Amino acid sequence: MTSNKSKELLLEMKNIHIDGFSDERWHKILKGVDLTLHRGEILGLIGESGAGKSTMGKAAMGYTQPGCKIIEGEINFNGIDLAKLTEFEKRKIWGTKISYVAQSAAASFNPAHRLMEQTISAANRLNISPTDVLKKDAVQLYESLQLPDAENIGDRYPHQVSGGQLQRIMTAMAMSPRPELIIFDEPTTALDVTTQVEVLSAMRSIVDKFNTAAIYITHDLAVVAQMADRIKVLRYGEEVEEAETRDMLSNPKEEYTKSLWSVRSLIKPEETNQDYILSIKNIDAAYGSSKVLHNVSIDIPKGKTVAIVGESGSGKSTTARVITGLLPQLKGEIIFDGKKLSPKLEQRSKEELRKIQIIFQMPDTAMNPRQTVDEIIGRPIEFYQGIKGKERESKVIELLKMIELDETFLDRLPSELSGGQKQRICIARALAANPDLIICDEVTSALDQIVQEGILRLLQKLQKDLGVTYIFITHDIATVKAISDEIVVMYQGEVVEQGLKSKILNPPYPDYTELLLSSVPEMDPDWLTNLLNKRSS
Amino acid sequence: MRLSLGLITVFAFSVIIFSTFSFLPGDFATEILGQSATKSAVKALRAELGLDKPPVTRYFDWLGNVFQGDFGSSFSGRSKVQGDQGDRSREVVGLIIPRLKNTLFLTGVAAMLAIPLSLILGISAALYRNSYYDRSATGVSLVTVSSPEFFTAYIFILLLATLFPVFPTISNVDETTSLAERFYRTALPVFTLTLITMGHMMRMTRSAIINILSSEYIEMAKLSGASRYEVIVKHALPNAWAPISQVIAINLAYMLIGSVVVEYVFNYQGIGRLMVGSVYNRDLPVVQACALIFASTYVILNLIADLIGIISNPRLLYPK
Repeated sequence: MTSNKSKELLLEMKNIHIDGFSDERWHKILKGVDLTLHRGEILGLIGESGAGKSTMGKAAMGYTQPGCKIIEGEINFNGIDLAKLTEFEKRKIWGTKISYVAQSAAASFNPAHRLMEQTISAANRLNISPTDVLKKDAVQLYESLQLPDAENIGDRYPHQVSGGQLQRIMTAMAMSPRPELIIFDEPTTALDVTTQVEVLSAMRSIVDKFNTAAIYITHDLAVVAQMADRIKVLRYGEEVEEAETRDMLSNPKEEYTKSLWSVRSLIKPEETNQDYILSIKNIDAAYGSSKVLHNVSIDIPKGKTVAIVGESGSGKSTTARVITGLLPQLKGEIIFDGKKLSPKLEQRSKEELRKIQIIFQMPDTAMNPRQTVDEIIGRPIEFYQGIKGKERESKVIELLKMIELDETFLDRLPSELSGGQKQRICIARALAANPDLIICDEVTSALDQIVQEGILRLLQKLQKDLGVTYIFITHDIATVKAISDEIVVMYQGEVVEQGLKSKILNPPYPDYTELLLSSVPEMDPDWLTNLLNKRSS
Repeated sequence: MRLSLGLITVFAFSVIIFSTFSFLPGDFATEILGQSATKSAVKALRAELGLDKPPVTRYFDWLGNVFQGDFGSSFSGRSKVQGDQGDRSREVVGLIIPRLKNTLFLTGVAAMLAIPLSLILGISAALYRNSYYDRSATGVSLVTVSSPEFFTAYIFILLLATLFPVFPTISNVDETTSLAERFYRTALPVFTLTLITMGHMMRMTRSAIINILSSEYIEMAKLSGASRYEVIVKHALPNAWAPISQVIAINLAYMLIGSVVVEYVFNYQGIGRLMVGSVYNRDLPVVQACALIFASTYVILNLIADLIGIISNPRLLYPK
């Protein structure tokens, strides 16, 4: 993160306008954005979904996705206007002079070829070095990216290595032809926090080592703060502001930029009680023959919020499936409201089903796309409470008001709603059953920061008004701080610890909690450097 | 596992054939002796052929013999007088083998024509998606897929045998026919079989490739500078083998079934024609054997397709 790098211009994008075709018409995706990048410099490009940051990143290569086109603008890379080149000419630059690291490494590697073959394919196309030299170089890149068994990992297929490793191999692939510019398109978004730290530090050190310029695209300000020399904020296809990283963090000028980390400022005072609405005791559960939960015991105090945190594969969603009865446990029992619940969904009474509701991560897939809002919310009212006709409709409207929407939404289909509105409808659907306990499974992780804040505030308000209990499953520590009373930390199917928020989030920590908490990026450009120093000492 | 499932499928099929046959009006005895036959004559013939036993016993007798490699003798050609020297009844195996060879020749040639052609057409249509070439290729293939075999066959006869007499309408072959002559005589049935299966294979190849073209690793391949050709052949095709081989298997099986009609139209001495004739005569041993052959071909083809699917997918070949 040396800020006084050479001032030799590498990339200059002027007045970029890009249109995209969807829903039978053309939309403006980028409305005249400028961008400059010097050799060896890292520019952070941040914004929410739909801000056009990814389109801008790809446009830096002269590439647009199918269905998009560059209307206007210049893309001067090393003095060549990429916007004017033919496909054939651009292909000589892609992968060799400018390379690209995609968000989902798992989906971006070809499943049919070995990793080494893919790592050196672009460099091979240059026909400068023989294949075995390239392979040796790739192994060295793997080593400097701290991949395990660097010598042989290239012989594996993509499905045989983990997501974090794939993301580093993709960085090696991008670096293999020694490009002048790398576009990182949300490279760590799909990773767990503890993995993210490793990948970030590996990417940063290798970009530093070869003095490669980079555009780093993300929606996470804390992540970009660790990587970038300069940050540019985009919204609705326009630039909001641009500044040196430190200036941006200490002194954001625009209201919008300030709001980007607003969730992190939402804090709830903790409360608890000994009146447990739900206790699960010594639960074991398995998918087929692979056991995923080992002796899990959790107590949920009535009217409070318990956050279950952990990385992917820690068993937190499986715990939710066991509580709802979707996955009967092998061993152990579930006590709800003083009564033992049958493990199997089919053997629970309607009343028991009504009292436990769940809200899912992806509102898009959790709703029937052919049902209107009225049908989606009205159905559980009718099913559980037997209310029909006019009365049902007034109930639905009441619920819509509760989630801060109104009756104009009644006839809309899910496709006519925004992401945040969809999640609100899912909340209303859960509330329609008038439940005692709502399980929120990563309900905010598919949403943008500002929308997340709205949903979290709504959930808190509903708890205050209705006294409903939440189990909040998440991997995002900022969300946990914002909403929970108690926290349960899970790791590899076991509970590491359970306790009040203040106890869990403050030392002394068990080893795993320490690792998890210290891996959450902070709004401090020196955070990653300090963390790595601390861990290596 | 798959193999045993396949075997079960084949025998389940033989049961179905056998029981449908029992529902058909009349049996070999009534068919051959005609309406004027006396009841006692019919009864005698039935007893001789074993048709008087209950169906279940007959089925298991037959099954037991099949396991010993004995498919029995054909009913037809049998002398009406017992012990007559003129008994021309033939072993089912001896009857079927030459016909089977003929059918395999016909479908083999058609497959060798249809598979590469439809792969090339499908891949190139995917490559130039939404071009005029793509649109006309998919359009024409839709027409060929929707036309029934006999219609396509008669169109060929009309065009290439009647209006422009290039090929013969009757595809008569025997052991003495030379290979070149065989190709010439079977040209029209081969064209018919090729045309009725090609459309489906081509369209499925095209859509399998297009489906893969929208995946992220294809965009990644483009962004790392791969040419159009490289994207299709190196990145998309290896991932498309599983669906493509399934479609080919189904179509080869369909070709074999289609040969029943096509052989009839062109009077070609294949197994399909034999089967149709035997159904007329209620010649159960022959029908059973033919049905068994059709069923096992179908199962074997599907097994091969599954195998290709496994071999072409590293995820199945090299587990974690």
